[in-house]
Amino acid sequence: MSDKKQDELLIDHNHDGVDRRGFLKCMAWAGTGTLCVISGGVLKSFSLSRSFNSGGLDDLDAAAGKGELQFVQISDSHMGFNKPANQDVAGTLKAAVEKIKALPNAPEFLLHTGDISHLSKPEEFDAVDQILKDTGKEVFFVPGEHDVLNDEGRQFLDRYGKGSSGAGWRSFDKNGVHFVGLVNVMNLKAGGLGTLGAEQLEWLEKDLQSRSKSTPIVIFAHIPLWSVYPQWGWGTDDATQALSYVKGFGSVTVLNGHIHQIMQKVEGNVTFHTAASTAFPQPAPGTADSPGPMKVPAEQLRKVLGITDVKFVRGQNALAVVDSNLV
Amino acid sequence: MKNIIRIFVFALLLLAAFSFAVVKGESNYAVAQAAPGEVEVKIDNFSFGPQSLSVSSGTKVTWKNRDDIPHTVVSTEGVFKSRVLDTDETFSFTFDKPGTYAYFCSVHPKMTGQVVVK
Repeated sequence: MSDKKQDELLIDHNHDGVDRRGFLKCMAWAGTGTLCVISGGVLKSFSLSRSFNSGGLDDLDAAAGKGELQFVQISDSHMGFNKPANQDVAGTLKAAVEKIKALPNAPEFLLHTGDISHLSKPEEFDAVDQILKDTGKEVFFVPGEHDVLNDEGRQFLDRYGKGSSGAGWRSFDKNGVHFVGLVNVMNLKAGGLGTLGAEQLEWLEKDLQSRSKSTPIVIFAHIPLWSVYPQWGWGTDDATQALSYVKGFGSVTVLNGHIHQIMQKVEGNVTFHTAASTAFPQPAPGTADSPGPMKVPAEQLRKVLGITDVKFVRGQNALAVVDSNLV
Repeated sequence: MKNIIRIFVFALLLLAAFSFAVVKGESNYAVAQAAPGEVEVKIDNFSFGPQSLSVSSGTKVTWKNRDDIPHTVVSTEGVFKSRVLDTDETFSFTFDKPGTYAYFCSVHPKMTGQVVVK
C-alpha cells in the first residue's frame, strides 16, 4: 500500500478517539485481512493475522459467533472482461464463491454492489448468476455503469429489479437492520460524477423518515457515496443530500464498489467502506494516468481481489467489516 | 389465379428493391460528395484526444477506443450517440453543419470533448 493511499484514508473528521496507530492498522491492505468494528461510534481495528495469533479478539469473536446477522458484499465481477489485468474473471469469481462457502459462519445473503457484467451482455449476467448460485444464497444487486449500457438499464431491471422502484433502488429489513440499495449510475451528466437524482432522493427521504433512529442502517450503491477522488469520477454529485437523511441515526454503514480497492472512512455516525473487486484491481487515486485496470504480477492478483464479510451484533451496536482476499 | 398473385407480389418486391437501391445509391453519392476528409479521435487513458477538434464542414470523425475499458461518445445536445465501444471498436459521425458540438462518455462522464465545425 502506498503512502499516498494511507494519507487518503487517514481523514478522521470525527475525532472520536481513534488513535493514529489503530486507524492505520485498520487501513492495512487486505492482503492479510483486516477487521474493523464500530461500536458506539468508536472504531476499533485489528489485523486479522494478529487477532488469530494472539487471541486478542476473543470478545469480538465470541460476539460475532452469536451475531444476529451476517452477510457478504461482493463487487465488480466484470464478467466478460478478458484483458491482461485478468483473463479469467470467471475463475476469480468462483474463488470468491469458495471463500464465501468457507466462512466459519454462513452469511444470510449476499450484496453485489454492481458491475456484475463488463458489457451488459446477457451471457455475462448468465455466467455470474450461474457462479453465484453455488453459494445457495439470495443476492441483492445494485447496478454499476457497466450493467446499464445501451438499454438504459432495462435488462438489469428485468433480471434483478423484482421488488425495486425506479431504476432499481430498494429497501428491505433483515433481523432489525434496514438495508437500502441505491442506484447512482443512471443519467450521468457530462463532466459530473455519480448521480442519484431527485426522484430517488425523494424516495430515500420518505423511506428513512419512517424508521426509528435506533435502527442500524446499511446503504449500498455502486459508485462511492463519499468523495474518494472526483478527478477520476470517484464520487456521487448528490450524495451529501442523501446522507443528510441519515443524520441522527445511531449506526450507518455505507458500502460501495466501483474503485476496485478497499478504503474506509468514518465521518460522524457514518462509516464508509469500499470493497475490492473480484475481477481486477485499479490504481490508488492519482497514482496512474487513469483509473484503468491495473496489471499486477499473476501470482499477486488474488491478493488484491476479495470479498467483504459484514457482521451485525445486536446489543453491542456493532457492525464488523472484514475484508479478505482471494488467496 | 394463385400464380397471377405470386407473379404480382414478386413484381412488387422487385420494384421495391429497385427503388430502395436507387434511393440508397443517391444518398451514398451525396455523402461521398460532401466528405472532404476523415479525422480520428483517440480514446485513451480515459480521455479524448484531441479533446478539442476543429474540422471543416462535411468531415467524418471516427472515435476509436484504445482503452481496456468500454466507453461511449455521446453528444450533450443529443446530436449523436454511439453504442458502447469495447476495446478497438469505433464510432463515426459526419459533421455537416458548422457549430460547436460538445460530447462526453456517458459511462465515465468526467471524459468530455468537443468538435468545432467550421
